[in-house]
Amino acid sequence: MDVKSPYLHPEYETLSREEISKLQTERLRETFEHCKNVPFYAKKFKEMNLSVEDINSPEDVRKLPFTTKQDLRDTYPFGLAAVPLSECVRLHSSSGTTGNPTVILHTQRDLDEWANQVARNLWMVGLRPDDVFQNSSGYGMFTGGLGFQYGAERLGMLTVPAAAGNSLRQIKFIKDFGTTAIHAIPSYLTRLYEVMQEQGVDPRKDTKLKVFAIGAEPHSEEQRKRIENMFGVKAYNSFGMSEMCGPGVGFECKEQNGLHFWEDYYIVEIVDPDTLEPVPDGEIGELVLTSIRREAMPLIRYRTRDLTRVLGRTCPCGRNHVRLDRMKGRSDDMIVLRGVNIFPIQIEKILMKFPELGSNYLITLSTEDNNDQMTVEVEVNEGTDDFAKLQSLEKEIRHQLGDEILLKPIVRLVSKGSLPVSEGKAVRVVDKRKVYQ
Amino acid sequence: MKQLSIFIENKSGTLLNILNVMKNAEIQIIASMVADTQDFGIYRVVCDNPDKAYSVLKNEGMVVTMSEVFAIVLEDKPGEAANVISVLTEGGISISYIYSFLVSGKGILVFRTSDTELTKKIIKEKGLHEFA
Repeated sequence: MDVKSPYLHPEYETLSREEISKLQTERLRETFEHCKNVPFYAKKFKEMNLSVEDINSPEDVRKLPFTTKQDLRDTYPFGLAAVPLSECVRLHSSSGTTGNPTVILHTQRDLDEWANQVARNLWMVGLRPDDVFQNSSGYGMFTGGLGFQYGAERLGMLTVPAAAGNSLRQIKFIKDFGTTAIHAIPSYLTRLYEVMQEQGVDPRKDTKLKVFAIGAEPHSEEQRKRIENMFGVKAYNSFGMSEMCGPGVGFECKEQNGLHFWEDYYIVEIVDPDTLEPVPDGEIGELVLTSIRREAMPLIRYRTRDLTRVLGRTCPCGRNHVRLDRMKGRSDDMIVLRGVNIFPIQIEKILMKFPELGSNYLITLSTEDNNDQMTVEVEVNEGTDDFAKLQSLEKEIRHQLGDEILLKPIVRLVSKGSLPVSEGKAVRVVDKRKVYQ
Repeated sequence: MKQLSIFIENKSGTLLNILNVMKNAEIQIIASMVADTQDFGIYRVVCDNPDKAYSVLKNEGMVVTMSEVFAIVLEDKPGEAANVISVLTEGGISISYIYSFLVSGKGILVFRTSDTELTKKIIKEKGLHEFA
């Protein structure tokens, strides 16, 4: 570990495009063979008459079948394991939103490689073993907690598992421990800044902060700039997804011009979500990832549903790993709010349990005082002369939604016929956060 | 007495919309009441033809309900309302909401209580004068 080097893994980070291609071909072939241990893939390979001899370049990944989130649900919990469970040491799970939850398994080598990716990213933006890293992210099943914890430790930093929330305590830690870097969702950092102001803490004078890693919720370039200007701290965009491991998959370098996706770990494709054909560089399409270095649960051509585009395949930083634009939205109707994944159908399911409510509803996402929030408007169906009943109805809806989607929206009861009804598919979600610009 | 309760949003034009529906149906409002609210509220109406009002409002897609409320006629002298309420309070009744209006010089007290049956009993026992 040469602290003067800009690269933690120069042997991988500075590969030429040709070398990346060669390594990917090798690892894709290994992954193909390994996936034969998974009945789901073995069956598909057989049906498609595929053999490892068909794979002679990274582009040959296009011959292989796609994998979807639904496949993960259908094979819940362990159907996509490529090794015996006795070789797995960790399980992460996403909330069961529209059916079964999804389960992601890890071997010890998977965890090591995951930590390596996160460490590589943090090193890339200038962090070194003498830095102090405060991870203000949720722990538990959410991979942003343990993912950054192990990665920061792998780099050799003093790592503080502060977890999310409790701003006064966060600020005390930042001051007392000399925290130089924080990982958090962007909306939390703006909240933290407000509390600092209330407490008379000037982040530029009273703290040693220099780097933020931000991710797990969509945010605009403007929001990043605002955070940077508030604190006088550089904020770097992080991309992760539990299906690939968690955070670490992609990260911005100091150029802040797109996220480098690590092609020694993943084959990156951008496809048209309708035709599933590749789109040219620069055009927006759905991100499809193949993990080529995973043991417990490699996924082939996983459809992330995230929309983005290729910005370039070289970079002044010396890394030739593909640069992708920040995520531009979703090809399905999933909402990402404050790091929580929500499908409108979850909200609908709760609302329809109340006979007092009509079937028309509208979900509005907005930013108030730098906080992203959700408002659910729903039409009232049944009259009442009891005002307290309406109030408790509102409260009960809010409570039940909170249990379902893990955050409490604002609930507004509105008159019948007052919500817009569109021709055909009703518009259920209005996003005023403007994060995708 | 029959009273209409209409769910309303705190939004410009909502009240006018209801009033126009009643106007077009030639319904006369005798008394009405709405408390200031944040997002939504209940507009309560006493009118000359509650059954007709109910059906026209319902046809316009409004969220309306019809309910029985108490209406007590007050003598035209000071302290009458206090007398009525004290009788109820002594009987252990609490008032959910109350409003009043005048008809030919007489005050009418409209209210809903926590216990309808007990209220009926007390009104009968104490000989309170119900508005028909």
